Amino acid sequence: MNVTGPPTAAAADAALLYELRQLTARHHGAQHAEALHGIDLAIAPGEQLALIGPSGAGKTTLLATLACAHRPHAGHFTAFGVQPWALANGARHRLRARLFLAPQTPPLPPRQRVVTAVLAARLPHWSLWRALVSLVRPADPQAAHAALARFNLGDKLYARVDRLSGGERQRCALARLLLSSAEALLVDEPLSALDPVLSQLTLDTLRSEAAARGAALVCSLHQVDLALANFPRIVALRGGRIAFDLPRADVTPELIAALYHGASPEQHAEVPAPDLAPLSRACA
Amino acid sequence: MRVSAVDAAAVRDVRHRDPAWRGRVAWTAVFALALWPMFVVSEFTPAILFDRQSLAATGQFLAGFFPPAHDRAFLLMLVRETWLTIAIATAGLALALLGAIPATLLVTEQLSISRLGTRRMAPLPAAMRQLVRWLLVLLRSVPELVWALLFVRIVGLGPTAGVLAIALTYCGMLAKVYAEILESSASHTSDALLANGSGRLAALLYGALPEAASELVSYTVYRWECAIRGSVVMGFVGAGGLGQRMDESMKMLAGGEVAAMLLIFVLLVAGADAVSALLRRRLG
Repeated sequence: MNVTGPPTAAAADAALLYELRQLTARHHGAQHAEALHGIDLAIAPGEQLALIGPSGAGKTTLLATLACAHRPHAGHFTAFGVQPWALANGARHRLRARLFLAPQTPPLPPRQRVVTAVLAARLPHWSLWRALVSLVRPADPQAAHAALARFNLGDKLYARVDRLSGGERQRCALARLLLSSAEALLVDEPLSALDPVLSQLTLDTLRSEAAARGAALVCSLHQVDLALANFPRIVALRGGRIAFDLPRADVTPELIAALYHGASPEQHAEVPAPDLAPLSRACA
Repeated sequence: MRVSAVDAAAVRDVRHRDPAWRGRVAWTAVFALALWPMFVVSEFTPAILFDRQSLAATGQFLAGFFPPAHDRAFLLMLVRETWLTIAIATAGLALALLGAIPATLLVTEQLSISRLGTRRMAPLPAAMRQLVRWLLVLLRSVPELVWALLFVRIVGLGPTAGVLAIALTYCGMLAKVYAEILESSASHTSDALLANGSGRLAALLYGALPEAASELVSYTVYRWECAIRGSVVMGFVGAGGLGQRMDESMKMLAGGEVAAMLLIFVLLVAGADAVSALLRRRLG
């Protein structure tokens, strides 16, 4: 019952960045609950899309799957034209250097300096010796400063991470993204600690960076208005399934209402019922 | 339907009883029951410590301690032997670190690349890890005193035996506890680095170490303190240092000398404590 729109035209393209067909993923926890079911998704190089949906819909798991950081349980998954989970450990790990996953919680050690945390983006391309030396004397402070400046954080270059506010940490983690050379930017809720002005600045920076290097940008967002205003393609998840995958012009307020509330009766068919079953079982 | 199920559950249990309560009580009782035979077997009868004969013996022993020996020749010898003890402990710990750091990297699950995305290590790394674990168990299951007795036979009386004994035992302890510290500290930062294609060592240097630095330093300094005490015990079997002198003084019933040496130990341990506090403050 998934609504598929024009993006399937891109799917005809042989040179897809990502291709997911009937992909199922499970949580790693004890119950192995299904996090994603029957996902069909194609992402072309350089494409920008927003991932929306209620909490627990599977946005983070989908991003982790795209980042080869979560092994799908079943279905077809190719990234960069290869099947990552058919590769040997080492080859798959080299693939990870071509993408960048920015988790929702900024992955910055509190005692590290901002310059070190940002330069960590270069680690996949550095020798161990270079990495060691850069701990003592930062390898490229100019680049780190330039990346931070694009998020209004230039003055924090030599500050320690634990001296930053929540919003500053979030942008510091995204400045790391700017220093990577990834061809796929997977960003999980980059705006959760930012005010409206910084939110817009952050999305602008991410989008222009992705466009400048021809990288794909997949960004999960809770701010539906910002998603619609900034991303040409909207993929909505609900209960681990794709509720709709449409160009923004075709996303109606009714679709959004159904996505978050399951409101209008005719939308109920589109919103898969099974995700309510475990809920009522859990409550009983 | 969902709502009524919740209501029914609420009516059944309005007191919100803690479901963990009965388990906690039961386990406390089990532990108490299991502990009792231990005291019986180990013939623990505190009353013995306080009967008149014991008190007199204790008094006599302690009376000999005063005044601590402080003649010039003895003090010079004390300084020399204290320095030797510190040297044995430090050299032993340095050698132990040489083995413990690579072993930590092999043992810790947190930096496993094959675990990424599956939460399970590949069979070969898992077997390797288990093998190193067993080696570490072997190293630390033999007490340092036994190693010292063995090395005294091989390299003869003197500090070398103490250094080797500390190096072997502490290698096992340090690697085990380092790995556990790394595993129990937040893995978020190193996981993010690994997910973006960093190598194991780079993820250790830029993610795991800054996250756990203060715990690692604190444990290392504590082990150094233990090594100083350990070197004293090994001195009794001829491995040099203050311990050997203390053994001689005890055999000659020179309570004043023993007291002076005990004072030195108090100072050494207090010194280690101060070093640990200083380093932790610097890293904090």
